[in-house]
Amino acid sequence: MSEVLVYSERESVALELLTFASTLKKPVAVTLIGEAAAAWARNCFAHGAMRAFTSADPTLSELQTDVLAEALAQITRQADADVILIGSTLRGREVAARLAQKLNAGCITDANGLRFEDGHLVATRYALGGNTISTQVIKSPLQVIAVMPQTIQATPTGEMGSTEVIEAELSLAPSPVKLVERRPKQAGSVNVESAQVLVCIGRGVGEQRDLEMIQALAHTLGGVVGCTRPVSHDKHWLSEDQMIGISGKMSSPRLYIGIGLSGQIQHAVGIMGSKVTVAINNDKNAPIFKMADYGIVGDLYKIVPKLTEKLKTR
Amino acid sequence: MHIIVCMKQIVDLAKIRIKSDTREPVLEGLPVRFGDFEKNALEEAVRIKEKRGDVKVTAVAVGSPKLKDTIKEALAIGADEAVILTDPIFEGSDEMGTARTLAKVIQKIGEYDLILLGEGSTDDHTGQVPLRLAELLGLSQVTYVRELEVLEGKRIRAVRDLEDALEVVEVNLPAIVSVTAELNQPRLPPLTAILKAARKPTKTWGPGDIGVTTGEVGAAASTITVLSNLAPAQQRKEILFEGDVDDAVNELLKALEREGALAA
Repeated sequence: MSEVLVYSERESVALELLTFASTLKKPVAVTLIGEAAAAWARNCFAHGAMRAFTSADPTLSELQTDVLAEALAQITRQADADVILIGSTLRGREVAARLAQKLNAGCITDANGLRFEDGHLVATRYALGGNTISTQVIKSPLQVIAVMPQTIQATPTGEMGSTEVIEAELSLAPSPVKLVERRPKQAGSVNVESAQVLVCIGRGVGEQRDLEMIQALAHTLGGVVGCTRPVSHDKHWLSEDQMIGISGKMSSPRLYIGIGLSGQIQHAVGIMGSKVTVAINNDKNAPIFKMADYGIVGDLYKIVPKLTEKLKTR
Repeated sequence: MHIIVCMKQIVDLAKIRIKSDTREPVLEGLPVRFGDFEKNALEEAVRIKEKRGDVKVTAVAVGSPKLKDTIKEALAIGADEAVILTDPIFEGSDEMGTARTLAKVIQKIGEYDLILLGEGSTDDHTGQVPLRLAELLGLSQVTYVRELEVLEGKRIRAVRDLEDALEVVEVNLPAIVSVTAELNQPRLPPLTAILKAARKPTKTWGPGDIGVTTGEVGAAASTITVLSNLAPAQQRKEILFEGDVDDAVNELLKALEREGALAA
């Protein structure tokens, strides 16, 4: 029987995908690239993998997309896999697409939901700029699905059958793309993903010093500050890992407050899981009010300090 | 140096209306435009041209016949010429079909040094086409590029923007580069450029020109079945407070307390 093959360069995501794969009544294999990843084997077996394909090929040491995709194509053949699940990180998403083309396969990237229904893998993803959720099935014989991190809750399967570690037989040429330097981004001190209260700002906040006022509100609520892409990536007022939305972080807080942001869909997809949403904006027609349970139309510089003050005295 | 910029015509996403009974999007009659990241890609091509001089920029787009108008914006921004494909055969292509079409177009164009695309389309943002195109053309790809520099000797240096790191990479041309919004600020073409754009050459190629047939592209060749495409079921209350700030804030706090949104 054809296998399900799982790959992610992040262990936590590989375990999530394995948890789902182990429900498919097919043999499950995982690909572990590099020496560090080889150590994940035991955890992977506990989450449903039956076989682990490992490789310490130095050609793969930088996880260059073209070489990685070729390696996965070769392992797909070796494992006789017909479903390939990949973690949809930025790197994983592009590996999925290049792999799919090598396999002449259909591919769904950034899946935020995955289920098995009537013999088909059914994936959901945002479409039309987040206006809609598209529910899709791949009809090619081989299928590659890249699933967003944290879509599936990783759970050990409990029982472990016989397991096997196999060294993948790879024949790889080095990537023509030369990695000159890798600059790790400064990890922000705030975790917007698991925040209970998230206060987000956008372009409507005019000056960097206004952050103080925003942080005071977040602090009073026991929350953290996040932002839209221009604030972190253009103005650099906040660290890039505080950006909420497409290619940033997803958050499902108990309370979300969007301040001075229009609610463009690139941001909005990141907050759809919020329990209660609040918007503060001077433009009554801003789309954010359509995504808000409660909104105040007006000057954020008057509203935010007042809100903080009243929260403190309540 | 020849730079090819692949661009996607999309509907104006802000104008999409959702049918309240079925949650279906209404797409008919919406204005169209090019996606955001493609404009960054084109802007970069034009800047390279302005800096070096010996550069030709060709814009390529596959889409509805409205492209005949839409493409003028690309020419006004600074593309020297354009190739558009508007035959209905291409309609409903998945990413593989689109990449296949673009690969054939680029092969027909023949000589090129750099192919630029957006990191994803502004509408569906699957990010697949640059990668599939690279595979089909047997080229290296450098994605998520936020800084790009053309070096001596047909080589580029780029800074890739990943979640937790920036990667500085170099590669020989020809290569495929996909770009992010941070790469540059696309210009708004002045009126004179818009007028001049009308005189720049736009070729319209059909399936015969690039040698594709039904079964290779379009809906019939798609590897994806879309079961449904609906607005999320989530409903927000959309209660707005206006007027006196003091009253509005009091009302908001009352509501949040009722919801249990303030208590830990």
